[in-house]
Order: sequence, then structure tokens, then C-alpha cells
Amino acid sequence: MSLLKVVGLDKSYHSNFRVLTDINFEVDTGEFVSIIGPSGAGKSTLLRCINRMVEVNEGKILFGDLDVGNLSKKALRKLRTNIGMIFQHYNLVPRLTVIENVLHGRFGYKTTLQGILGKFTEKEKEHAFFLLEKLGISDHAYKRCDQLSGGQQQRVGIARALIQEPKLVLCDEPIASLDPNSSKVIMDHLKAITSELNITCLVNLHQVDVAINYSDRIIGLNQGEIVFDGPSQMLTEGRINSIYGTETRQFITV
Amino acid sequence: MNDIMIRKRKWQFTIFLIIMIAATYASSIITDFNALHGITTFPAALYWIFSNMLISQETLTRLPSILDKLLETIFMSIAATTTAAVISMFLGLMGSTTTRVNRAFSSLARFTASISRNIPVVAWALILLLSFGQNSLTGYLALFVGSIGFLTRVFIETIDEASQSSVEALRATGATYFQIVNKAVIPQCLPLLISWILFMIETNIRSATLVGILTGTGIGYTFDLYYKSMNYNVVALVTFSIVITVIIIELLSNYIRKVIL
Ligand SMILES: Nc1ncnc2c1ncn2[C@@H]1O[C@H](COP(=O)(O)OP(=O)(O)O)[C@@H](O)[C@H]1O
Ligand SMILES: [Mg+2]
Repeated sequence: MSLLKVVGLDKSYHSNFRVLTDINFEVDTGEFVSIIGPSGAGKSTLLRCINRMVEVNEGKILFGDLDVGNLSKKALRKLRTNIGMIFQHYNLVPRLTVIENVLHGRFGYKTTLQGILGKFTEKEKEHAFFLLEKLGISDHAYKRCDQLSGGQQQRVGIARALIQEPKLVLCDEPIASLDPNSSKVIMDHLKAITSELNITCLVNLHQVDVAINYSDRIIGLNQGEIVFDGPSQMLTEGRINSIYGTETRQFITV
Repeated sequence: MNDIMIRKRKWQFTIFLIIMIAATYASSIITDFNALHGITTFPAALYWIFSNMLISQETLTRLPSILDKLLETIFMSIAATTTAAVISMFLGLMGSTTTRVNRAFSSLARFTASISRNIPVVAWALILLLSFGQNSLTGYLALFVGSIGFLTRVFIETIDEASQSSVEALRATGATYFQIVNKAVIPQCLPLLISWILFMIETNIRSATLVGILTGTGIGYTFDLYYKSMNYNVVALVTFSIVITVIIIELLSNYIRKVIL
């Protein structure tokens, strides 16, 4: 059985404008899938439908055997602990330390009171430091996040997602605000999540070359519809043009 | 494209200037205000102030009782601000698009704040005077109600600006509402919130004088008393001590700001 299955998904924020139309795809455990497409195509919206940060209008999203659209509040919370999320702007609490931000990833497993009191087990703290070590930022554990570079902050974001012990990680343009060197570091770490920990990654990207280099499979989105879904090698020049529209293509890859 | 924009800007500016000049002229005609006359009476007014509002040795004996009233005013302003801050924190969380629980509460919070803000604090004092009479409770309530409007508004903006992104991230981890508010929103916003509260305390100490004149409390009452008995030397002393106090409070809160931000 596949980890994630999206069936006939429609989404619109306003009644007169469809953002996503009839989206169908399945993702298996351990896959690294990129979603590419021009800005405004609906990539971010698609990711946010999967962990129900936005509500779906039509269709079904199945995570394992759970129907995401039909969960109670409590069950939705439990679902979200299984899905990590990484953002373009890192979305950390800038004034808090790195280690505090990483431990935020455990809130989903705690009662409200435990969370407010900041009660974390020794094991959780050890896990947090282990992740920081692995991501090469353990020296910064007690620094405030607003003192870190973009690449370092994104690694904190990755640590926060991984400490959830998720089955799936959603990444919304994780390298769009980073320089090429930091981008490579981040993409390598994301790739390692899948290859070493067997966690599925679903990554929104707007750099086609990065998508081809890193992913097993690419989904091309244009104006809310899937126009390509296949192995990276099959993404030919012609198909790229059909995703982006011919003229805008050079504009986006430079 | 850019050229058109710039030209449009220039036009807007010219039109704006013309309207301003016309409005100034029209209002001075309507109100019978003569700028020239205003300026020529200035030296006389200054002369009066300097000859009548002298702080003499004799007036200094009133200083202890003035300071007493001043202290009362300061404490009332602080109390009004801090209690208003608690209510405003709640209204701010409800009103903010990031942390609201639903649309209806959000509109209600914004509406409450807007009513409180759009009625000037002096008007609040006069309204409350009718139901509570001339006492310090009325003064306190006037400042309290006035503060809620302002604080709620800036709290909403602070929360929206400072924590939208981290709230989204924590929601995605499965964190509960109170975990998010306590561990992301408040830590991120607190310094700014405190800074606004300090600003409100400063403002309230200034307004407290005026409110005090109306409600017969605190330093405003003292001011009014000596003013009406035409003891301008003491009036000068009262004014002077208010100014000094406001400056001290401002310096103090600037220092606190520097430490926490
Ligand atoms: N919260 C929202 N409310 C209303 N419209 C939205 C919202 N988020 C996105 N949209 C609209 O949905 C469309 C797709 O946006 P998005 O999913 O962000 O695309 P992408 O991530 O591919 O750039 C855009 O037209 C955008 O304006
Ligand atoms: Mg996007």
C-alpha cells in the first residue's frame, strides 16, 4: 500500500478561481519526489492540503489508511506528528535558541500543559543534540536563531521536522532563499533523509536542474493541473516547456 | 512605465499641496483665525508667562503635597495601563488573523478596540463622570478604556507581523493552540509588547493630568485648584514637576527598551 494517495483533489480559495484541479498521484515510502512548476501553479497549496493546513474542496487524500479530510481534531494532530514540514523562510521563532526551536517539533506528542511547561525527556534532548550534530550545527545549539545564516536556519528547520520522527517530510521551496553553496548543503541533507532514514520527501522546487539532479521522480504542475508525472530522466526539454510555457523557461532557471 | 509612475507621483504631490493650502485658507476664514494677529500677540503672552509663572521660595513649601498627588497620578496611570494590557493581550490574540480562534471573535475584538480607540480619552472621562461621579475610579476607568483601544490595535499588528510564519510551522507539527501561543507567539512578541506598554504608560501619565482636571483626581486636580484660585506660582511648580516626571519616565522606559530589545 502506498504511503500517500491523492485522488481527484480540487481546491479553490475563492469560489470563482480554481487553484488545483483534479490532482491524482501516489507516493511510496522512501521516494524522493519533486514538484515543479511556475509560481502560482499551486505547489504550496498542494503541500498544505496534504497535512490539512488548508481545507480541501473535492477529492480525497489518504495517508496510509487515514482519510485526511475526515479526521477529528485529535486525529489530525496525530497525523501532523507524522508529517514534517520545511519552509522557504524557515519559520523558526527567531528570538529563541536553536535547541528550543528543534524541541518545538515534539509538541505534537505532548499534552498542552507539558508543552507550555517545556517538559522534555532526556531522550528527546539527546535526540535533538544528535540531530544538530548530524546537521553540523551543534556548536550553535544555544545561540538565538536570528544570529544564524540562512543555511544554518534551514538546518534547524530540518532538525525540527526530523525530531517529529515523521514518515513524510513536505518541503516548500526549501532553497529558494539560499545561495548556491547552502542550497547544495540543504539538498544533500534532504536527500540523506530519504536514503538513510527511509523517510519520504515531497519537495517543491522552482529550479528544474536541482529537481532533476536530486529526485527519483518529478511532478510538473501548471495552473493547478498535473502536466507531467514520471522519472526524472523522462523530463525532456519539450516537457519542461510544457510545464513552464516556452518563454518564461529561461527566465526561471537563471 | 516607470516614467509614467514618476509623473503620476508628481501630479499627486502637486494636487495634494494645492488641497492643503486651500484647506488651511478656508479653515482660517471659517474660524476667523488670523495668523498675523496670532503671531503679534505672542510676545505679550510670553511676557505674561514669565512674569506670573515664577517658582518662588514660598511655593516650594507646597512641593511635598504636589509630589504626593503626582505619585498618585503615576500609580493610577501604571495600574490603568497594566490592567488594560491584560485585557488587550486577550483581545489581541482573538483579533489577530494569525492567532484568532474564529472570524466572529476576531471581528468582535477589533470592533471593541475600535470603539474604545475612536472616542478620545477626555470624552471617556466625561461619559464615565456621569455614571461614576467625581472620584479616582472614574479617572482610572477613563485611562483604562482608552488604553484598551490603542494597545489592542498595536498588539494585533505586533502578533501578526512577528509570529505568522512560526505559528504556521508549529501548527504543522501538531502543536496545540496554547502551546503555540505560549511557546512561539509570546516569546517572539514580548519585548515589543512591553515596549508598547511602556509607551502607553508615558501617554497615560500625560493624559492623566487632563483627565484629573475633569474627574477631580491626582495632579490634574491640584493643577485645577491653584489655577482657579489664580495662584500661578504654584501652577508653574505643578507644570514643572509634571514635565520633569514625564521626562524621567521616558528616559526610564527608553532604558528598559534598550535592555529588552
Ligand atoms: N491563502 C490564500 N488565499 C487566497 N488565495 C491563495 C492563497 N494561497 C495561495 N493563493 C492563490 O493560489 C494560487 C496558487 O498559489 P500557490 O499554491 O502559492 O502557488 P505556488 O506555490 O506554486 O507559487 C495563486 O493564484 C495564489 O494567489
Ligand atoms: Mg509557493
